[in-house]
Amino acid sequence: MSVLVYTENADGKFKKSTFEIVSYARAIANQLGTKLTAISIGTVSAAELAALGKYGAEKVLNVSNDKLKNFINQAYASIIAEAAKKENADIVILSNSFSGRGLAPRLGVKLEAGVADGAVALPDLTDGNFRVKKTAFSGKAFAIVELTSVNKVISLTPNSYKVVEANSTASVEDFAAENKATDFAAVIKDIVRATDKVSLPDADIVVSGGRGLKGPENWGMVEELADLLGAALACSKPVSDAGWRPHSEHVGQTGIAISPNLYIAIGISGAIQHLAGVSSSKVIVVINKDAEAPFFKVADYGIVGDAFDVVPKLISAIKQFKASA
Amino acid sequence: MKILVCISNVPDTTTKITFTDNNTQFNTNGVQFILNPYDEIALARAIELTEANNGSVTVINVGEISTEPTIRKALAIGATDAVRINALPHDAWFVAYQIAQYIKANPFDLILTGRESIDYNGSKVAGMIAELLDIPSVSIIKKLDIDGNSATVEREIEGGKEVLTIPLPFVAGTAEGVAEVKIPNMRGIMSARTKPLNVIEAVSVKTLSDVISYETPAPRGQVKLVPADDVAKLVSLLHEEARVI
Repeated sequence: MSVLVYTENADGKFKKSTFEIVSYARAIANQLGTKLTAISIGTVSAAELAALGKYGAEKVLNVSNDKLKNFINQAYASIIAEAAKKENADIVILSNSFSGRGLAPRLGVKLEAGVADGAVALPDLTDGNFRVKKTAFSGKAFAIVELTSVNKVISLTPNSYKVVEANSTASVEDFAAENKATDFAAVIKDIVRATDKVSLPDADIVVSGGRGLKGPENWGMVEELADLLGAALACSKPVSDAGWRPHSEHVGQTGIAISPNLYIAIGISGAIQHLAGVSSSKVIVVINKDAEAPFFKVADYGIVGDAFDVVPKLISAIKQFKASA
Repeated sequence: MKILVCISNVPDTTTKITFTDNNTQFNTNGVQFILNPYDEIALARAIELTEANNGSVTVINVGEISTEPTIRKALAIGATDAVRINALPHDAWFVAYQIAQYIKANPFDLILTGRESIDYNGSKVAGMIAELLDIPSVSIIKKLDIDGNSATVEREIEGGKEVLTIPLPFVAGTAEGVAEVKIPNMRGIMSARTKPLNVIEAVSVKTLSDVISYETPAPRGQVKLVPADDVAKLVSLLHEEARVI
């Protein structure tokens, strides 16, 4: 047995969430006293691949092939399943990213593995069980899922496990897996990625606006604050429903669930559906003119005040802080 | 064109989630169950597509008889007919396996699910059905158009979107943007009572996972309020106390 971790890249670079899952997979391999292999698919430089050793991978399987440059769900799932068989891996770990959500269920079926999606902690192996804590009810609770199958697939929620640097190096070897023609049935026509913006699901800091901002024309200061902090932008459901901001920024129960280190909510009252999607943020700051807003009850820090007064002041205070730092 | 929409019966979005029996059972006492909001989007788009292409929409649910009001709601919104596989939905694998077996006997041109259910948030059923049927799947789509025997979809990716063409049949999990949800009208509600709802029994399948217990998030401490005229204080708290900037 061994542990296999799928290391996702964006345009040939690994992201922080990749190092999180390698660190997480290393810890599981340590729990089980077994080895950790990483698999990378796409065009990633040798140096970048070898650097996975720093997070605990002993071996990196590199699948580099023009046809596989971009994520193709079926093809990638076939390759990862092949790699798991070759490495005799009974545990496969990946990120609960958009692509991870496509891969995990297919791998579960291919490997006849129970799937723990959205894990937030290391498995509990007490008494020979394999129990994984995962988010449930859209962040309102956690479920403890026991994987009873021989093979197991775990997808880790971004920002829920700290990157740990290990004192090891990884060997990199090329890996080729057979793909069926039908693995390439879905064809990518276009990829539009705003490379200058921080992506919301794995952002460390998120700045979010609600109806209290009165209209899309007032988002300038929200964007300025986000840029200053290197934060991703988000919004509440009424804001995306009104078309002020794109649906991809909607966080909450029916939008994206996030768990950043810092979540700053501006002009959001904190309806239960919104709180569900953001409650696993480590630190929550609420700016709202209504002192009775329910969001203050679950916030760590709050300012009762008008966003149009407070946000510009916050921007200049952060500028001052950065200048003095 | 025949479309299958897989629907879940989930607690209403305003539900306060609590547990009983030493945190091993979800407390359904007083909980209103609804059609999973993401599934409503799938259903709305399926109805639009079949109106344009002269087809039918079947909704399928794996659940006990208590889910029938939710199934009737889907029929009232505009589904043609419904299937209920009579079993407790043990986990995503169990549900996907049941639905895949049904599709093997009753082929569809397109199978839609919501991107996730708002109870277990797994996003797994779509991909598992597709893998069981060996057809393509795409998770979290924001746009879906059909042109003859293939579809163009927009998939959400970190920081952007991806446009794909996929031959029918395939399985997709829908998110906001795919369609505006439909509110049933009186005629829909009346006709839903007489639309076919076929109940079939589940097939047996190997168990791969079990939910053992639940936990609720640890409550946060009292909020620290900072005066609106001393915003610099907030910045220093975030830096020195919370250590997040």
